[in-house]
Amino acid sequence: MFLIPCPWCGERDEEEFSYGGEAHIERPKDPDALSDAEWADYLFMRKNPKGTHFERWNHAHGCRRWFNAKRDTVTHVIEAVYKMGEEKP
Amino acid sequence: MSAQKNRLGNGGRINRGKPLRFTFNGRDYQGYEGDTLASALLANNSGAVARSFKYHRPRGIYSAGVEEPNAVVQLETGARTRPNLQATEIELYDGLSATSVNCWPTVEFDIGAINSLAARLLPAGFYYKTFMWPKSFWMTYERVIRNAAGLGKAPTAPDPDTYHKCHAHTDVLVVGGGPAGLAAALAAGRTGARVILAEQEHDFGGRLLSERGDIDGIPAGDWVGLALAELNAMEEVTVLGRTTCFGYYDHNYLGMVERCHINAAKSMLEPKDGPSERLWRVRSHQVVLATGAIERPLVFADNDRPGVMLAGALRAYLNRYAVRPGRKAVIFTNNDDAYRSAIDLHDSGVEVTALIDLRVDPDGPLPDAARARNIQVMDGWVITRVLGNRRLRAIEIQRLTADGGAITGEARRIDCDVLGSSGGWNPVVHLHSQSGAKARFDDALQSFVPGPARQAERSAGAANGAFALDDCLGQGHAAGLEAAKLAGFKSKSKTKRPTAESIDEAPLKAMWIVPGEAKPGHGSKHFIDLHNDVTVADIELAAREGFHSVEHVKRYTTLGMGPDQGKTGNIPGMAVLAGALDTEIASVGTTTFRPPFTPVTYGALAGRDIGEFSDPARKTALHHWHEQASALFEDVGQWKRPWYYPKAGETMQDSLNRECLAVRHGVGILDATTLGKIDIQGPDAAEFLNRIYTNAWSKLAVGRCRYGLMLGEDGMVMDDGVTARLAENHFHMTTTTGNAARVLGWLEEWLQTEWPELKVYCNSVTEYWATMTVCGPRSRDLLAEFTDIDLSAEAFPFMSFKQADVGGVAARIFRISFTGELSYEINVPASHGLGLWTALMTAGEKYGITPYGTETMHILRAEKGYIIVGQETDGTMTPNDLGMDWIVSTKKDFIGRRSLSRTDCTRPGRKQLVGLLTDNPSEVLPEGAQLVFDVKPQPPMDMVGHVTSSYYSAALGRSIALAVVKGGADRMGETIHAPLIGKTVNCKITGPVFYDPDGSRIDGA
Ligand SMILES: [Zn+2]
Repeated sequence: MFLIPCPWCGERDEEEFSYGGEAHIERPKDPDALSDAEWADYLFMRKNPKGTHFERWNHAHGCRRWFNAKRDTVTHVIEAVYKMGEEKP
Repeated sequence: MSAQKNRLGNGGRINRGKPLRFTFNGRDYQGYEGDTLASALLANNSGAVARSFKYHRPRGIYSAGVEEPNAVVQLETGARTRPNLQATEIELYDGLSATSVNCWPTVEFDIGAINSLAARLLPAGFYYKTFMWPKSFWMTYERVIRNAAGLGKAPTAPDPDTYHKCHAHTDVLVVGGGPAGLAAALAAGRTGARVILAEQEHDFGGRLLSERGDIDGIPAGDWVGLALAELNAMEEVTVLGRTTCFGYYDHNYLGMVERCHINAAKSMLEPKDGPSERLWRVRSHQVVLATGAIERPLVFADNDRPGVMLAGALRAYLNRYAVRPGRKAVIFTNNDDAYRSAIDLHDSGVEVTALIDLRVDPDGPLPDAARARNIQVMDGWVITRVLGNRRLRAIEIQRLTADGGAITGEARRIDCDVLGSSGGWNPVVHLHSQSGAKARFDDALQSFVPGPARQAERSAGAANGAFALDDCLGQGHAAGLEAAKLAGFKSKSKTKRPTAESIDEAPLKAMWIVPGEAKPGHGSKHFIDLHNDVTVADIELAAREGFHSVEHVKRYTTLGMGPDQGKTGNIPGMAVLAGALDTEIASVGTTTFRPPFTPVTYGALAGRDIGEFSDPARKTALHHWHEQASALFEDVGQWKRPWYYPKAGETMQDSLNRECLAVRHGVGILDATTLGKIDIQGPDAAEFLNRIYTNAWSKLAVGRCRYGLMLGEDGMVMDDGVTARLAENHFHMTTTTGNAARVLGWLEEWLQTEWPELKVYCNSVTEYWATMTVCGPRSRDLLAEFTDIDLSAEAFPFMSFKQADVGGVAARIFRISFTGELSYEINVPASHGLGLWTALMTAGEKYGITPYGTETMHILRAEKGYIIVGQETDGTMTPNDLGMDWIVSTKKDFIGRRSLSRTDCTRPGRKQLVGLLTDNPSEVLPEGAQLVFDVKPQPPMDMVGHVTSSYYSAALGRSIALAVVKGGADRMGETIHAPLIGKTVNCKITGPVFYDPDGSRIDGA
């Protein structure tokens, strides 16, 4: 059970959050310009790294804000959290 | 009642002034306060207390702690019964009653022991090999195996006790109340840090309870008392006895269970004024693991006979419980520590007939002390035979060859009735490993010790491989100071660490399989896992059959999979595997340590979240009315919705027919409160809906409603519903009942993560409104009695919205329809719901107003071919598949649009929504029935679709069904078949709209 520092609320138990998968996947501006394969890449392909992972979390049972986190998938240490739209640390 | 003939006249930590009666396997016994069930049984010379799992061999008490593999019992009967408890872990109380779990029909005579004779038939993997085919029978086999194996029985009655949960935050959590844990808690507590000290037993002291010795110049027991007094006096220190830390999770989150009401003072059978157990969920800045060590046995021929025990357990029973585990004792060891058992036994008047040390010429203070007592030390010898089936009678020993790999010379026989074996001690690295760290194999100790920490924890004392008492105290003290310091607390004054006398011990000598006359598996058995009857031969067989990973060997042989989780057998098992694979133990590694360390009751994990609290039921403001009207309810998500309202003498179909016809010909009323309602506001609200829904919203006029379809980005239908424009920048969205929370989350996700520039605000208002759908050709007449507004089709057309006074309450009325009939969806604040509903019911009597439930709603919409998301769709249906391309805009982008032109979404042969009419109009297809074009005499057949909805339609006087069929849209009029058990139903493929296809009834008939 993680202890997740919500950028708005501070440290809260993992059970208040829902997980949103890999972060920084931007919706293509012009989907029609993409081939089927490129669109499928946006839709389905996600990184599954051993180590540093940038990922989205939603404080669903709290402030309901989405934010990004940098987490080590081996140690589960959350190295940083940052708001949507902010640069990757 | 038999006498406690093995009880010593004095000593021990028992209260001889408080005798306790108990029953074991139907026989009456007596013990003392301070006993465990195991010590009380040993005091009564119990002998065999159980039968083994596979071979049903008689087994005796083996250990004095959580590692006990043999004495597994069912405690009490009835609602409070607990299965698979270890007798070593049950504190005795007056009136206790327990039975062995593995001994049908009795411990003394056991039919299953015939397995022993047929032992060749039960090698490793026996169950897998024998019960492999057909696979569908596995469940049956498993039940038969379980019955024969006879593990404990779960209670069948509800648990009468309550269980609590609590959350705790602390600076330092110290796990284990032995010398290292106490020293750590003292050091950390003195800094002012918040400290929790958890000890799994009632008595603190850990191994000190079983040993003789001094700390700081006073008897260790007295030192424990002083330490506890000091800790209890500290305001920030919480001392928890009977509290097992069973799991170490991420971010220093630990699970503990406190057994509040199982003790000698109070029988577990009595009603309790507090919780039976309390689950602690602890978040700690720093953790000190002082979890001690568990002795491992030597593995020799027939090392399972009752009377064969762990050497350390012998002196635990002697010193802690004043129980003489036998009259003639033999110790078999590869290390110095077991000499303490021989010495303590001798000093308590037990004859030690031999101390067999497989090392040559052991030397040092402990061997010297044994020799000084004239204990016969047979060094360089090993046990090769154990005599006595039901009770140990004697052993045979032989000399090891010079290289230690074989035996030589004449066997010598030694009489004994108890045998303590020691192969060294294993640090309890369970929690350390659970924390994500990797234990390291220590060559000197020949056991796994903690590796580098991955979380904020450190191990101290025996848990860290430092077995000497003085080292335990020193490491505990240092660990407590370090943990407190890292949590932000500095030592105020220099506190002295406790000390004890150091006694030199020579290194142990590893020998994982004691050589004998025959190889393991030929004649005698060398047991590794006593609980699951896993032998050396089983592990060697597994290795020969290609199981090289320790995780595979574990599952194939069941090594370590009993209630004791292999606490004594796992390390010897891995060593034997390493030997069989001709590799190092370190490279074989351990199996993954998983919580819980010892079994945790379901009661503790569930706490108060049981019964009506296990999943909250959501009820509408009209729920009580529905109950009064004898409605039957259906669960939709967490909501309780009226399913239908049976009247006396009606079948279900009668009720549905009555409700359906009332709506089609008169007026019906439905509680639609549970429909998800989301209030959407902001200058960009219309633009947002454009992106979320497949159709266009910018031009929707204020006061108008529109049906919308929501797709996932993969193009599949996710939800649908009607949304109304209340004002230029204000929308009222409805969602399906079950998807309300998900859709709100979906909207917020897109707004926050992808389109933060849009000024749109969403809020769930589902519970704010009570929603009643007044539906049917007479609905206008009824509603007209409640409001002054013009209800004509011209003034209040289909798919429009009005804010109006209804029966004196400000209401929102939506003229939308899920039935094809004239229909008004009236929303009033929830507190006014019941008032308006009852008024409508009274006024509607003259029209025969009929409340209807979800089942009638489903029939009515199916007659019109309206889909239900989640019933006609399953996450693989596009709007085109549903024949709903009319709602998909080609002029704008929306979520999921690009996916609709992916090759797979445009290929021919996708499943498409169709209607089905059975040839026999009274035949109602089962929902989910598979459909085929070509019927074959038996499966397999090419399945081309399935029935999604199927009902009897009273309005049409026949059955109707909706289905998805490959290429169905191009097969109108063709015949399709539903092969069912015993019959095949033939159907005609039609369009999905069965009733009023031109929509003539929408403004009223
Ligand atoms: Zn938050």
